[in-house]
Amino acid sequence: MLWLAIFFVVPLGYLAYQSLESGNVDFGYAFTWAWGNYWTAIRDYRTQFIRSIEFAGIATVIAFVVSYPVAYWIAFRGGRWKNLLLLCIIAPFFVTYLIRTLAWETILSDHGFVVRTLGNLHLLGVLGQNGHILSTGTAVVAGITYNFLPFMALPLYVSLEQIDPRLIEAAEDLYANKIRAFLRVTFPLSLPGVVAGTLLTFIPAAGDFINAQLLGGTQNHMIGNVIQSKFLELSDYPSAAAMSFILMGAILAFVAIYALIVGTEQLTGTAV
Amino acid sequence: MTDHISRRTFLRRAAASGSLLTVPGLLAACGGGGGSGGGTSTVTNKLAKTLHFSNWPYYMDTNKKNHTNPSLVEFQRRYGVNVDYVEDINDNAGFYNSKLRPALSRGQSTGRDIVVLTDNDRYLGLMLKQGWAEKLDKSAIPNIKNLIDVQKHPSFDPNRDYTLPWQSGMTGIAYNKTLTDPVLSIDDLFGNPKLKGKITCLNDIGDAMTLVMLSNGDDPAHVTDKTWNAAFNRIKQASDSGQIRSFTGNDYGPPLARGDLSAAMSWSGDIPQLASPHIVWNVPKDGGAIWTDNMLIPKGGDVYTASVYMNYVYDPKVQGLMEAGDPSRNIVGIYYIPPVKGAGVWAKKFNPPVGSNPLIFPSTETLNKMHLFDNAALNNEKYLTQWNNLISG
Repeated sequence: MLWLAIFFVVPLGYLAYQSLESGNVDFGYAFTWAWGNYWTAIRDYRTQFIRSIEFAGIATVIAFVVSYPVAYWIAFRGGRWKNLLLLCIIAPFFVTYLIRTLAWETILSDHGFVVRTLGNLHLLGVLGQNGHILSTGTAVVAGITYNFLPFMALPLYVSLEQIDPRLIEAAEDLYANKIRAFLRVTFPLSLPGVVAGTLLTFIPAAGDFINAQLLGGTQNHMIGNVIQSKFLELSDYPSAAAMSFILMGAILAFVAIYALIVGTEQLTGTAV
Repeated sequence: MTDHISRRTFLRRAAASGSLLTVPGLLAACGGGGGSGGGTSTVTNKLAKTLHFSNWPYYMDTNKKNHTNPSLVEFQRRYGVNVDYVEDINDNAGFYNSKLRPALSRGQSTGRDIVVLTDNDRYLGLMLKQGWAEKLDKSAIPNIKNLIDVQKHPSFDPNRDYTLPWQSGMTGIAYNKTLTDPVLSIDDLFGNPKLKGKITCLNDIGDAMTLVMLSNGDDPAHVTDKTWNAAFNRIKQASDSGQIRSFTGNDYGPPLARGDLSAAMSWSGDIPQLASPHIVWNVPKDGGAIWTDNMLIPKGGDVYTASVYMNYVYDPKVQGLMEAGDPSRNIVGIYYIPPVKGAGVWAKKFNPPVGSNPLIFPSTETLNKMHLFDNAALNNEKYLTQWNNLISG
């Protein structure tokens, strides 16, 4: 409790206080119940808020689609290679976040393999802009997906790993083909992992700014970039604090809706 | 309110103490009153024992063998003044907020006799506006006559009563000559359809705006709402249309060298570092921007000693060595652009390749095409917010 109070409640309270201040950097800020900060933030930065949710959402879906088969395969077919395969998923984490993101600058370079291949497949016009992938939304989503993939894959693996294979065998013996057994037994039992994975991916992704900063172009900034520049470049602390709160509120709302849909027991049942 | 300020000041101090954990940093911190102390200045013609000088990193001639700064050693020998030289400025905002404002706003000395701030950021102007800079003792700076013409009357200090340039850099256009025809103007950079999605614009308000205003035929040194809007809308349009690929700091360098970019709005100092034979830097047809780091004496600093030092570095021979270094004595120079007439002649003697590098010693013709940005515009909240919204679009 004390831990929560010191590291969570106090900073949050201070941020809330700051978000209701007005003034400017030359003469200092004063607390004035300036609710206007919130309205201005929503009015001026609606696009970036929506974009953040959109990019984080797409990245979460892609990460899920990529991770689930991988986690499934490791859990049920990994055998004695399980630990090594898991290590492979975590391995990129031994490299710093910034470098991992910068690597995508090279991967998606205009003269690189990826862009050439997409060009040959005539997909460059769909995914890119003026013949480049870097500095577009596609690059930002790719970076986010890559950076948060392990947050998705590991919880999925844990919940898949815990499934008793005899349950699946029983289903297959009694009534189901492989697909029905998966849909009726395996997938429902892995739901706690799905919920944990999507939340662990979506929440930090929505507040990310490094990917948009390094891989994005002029129209791809996320709300994290705006908050960063308000805090560090304009020294406009109240607006930045207000935006942080709005982002937090938006994410909480999303999580609430999500919990309503999949059921709260899946949230609490995630003993990861 | 008081609680608020004390808390924030505390946080800043806590942050600042990180950079104080170096020997020179501690010395600087302890030497608090070493300048002349107190809030008011007394102009005497007596040299202090020590000159406290805060500067940016890699901004002084250095002997690679024994890690001394030859020009500072020579100053000490000539005048008997020990220089406490600290490289503790990494950005204008951070230095102003952590080292200058806390002391000066309470009427205390910063413990520094010379600090160096950039003219294309708001904080230099803010120091003068708040009255936190000492007037230079020009009688001790006869060498001020060597100040290059373009630097004589900046908008923030029209008669150079408070500040003198330390070093400058230029903003212009760099292009990769294997990928594009020469890009020599903003019109071409923003308008050539072949460059669509292949160029970047600097995210620094002063640099970008100066270049575009010049291209519009407007005066960047006197910004009005009309000229601001014209330049702003032009950049916005180029950004919306996808002509500009992204807004960058000096991170445009690697993609330019790699060939992802054909051209970029660019700082002259970055190009020698890229060391790519394909990259050409030039001043745009309608003129370029020049930014300058300026020395000033914060309130409470020792005016006479600081002025004597400024006079010393404005000696063309001293400046020539500082700038170009001297390979025969293992001295590495500063390699930016010196503001001192005649320094180039000496630089050529000390280190011919550096002395004749046009990015370090630009011709008078080049310098005459350089312009300063209006400091009042840098302090205009409306402009700053508008600009920041554009670059974080």
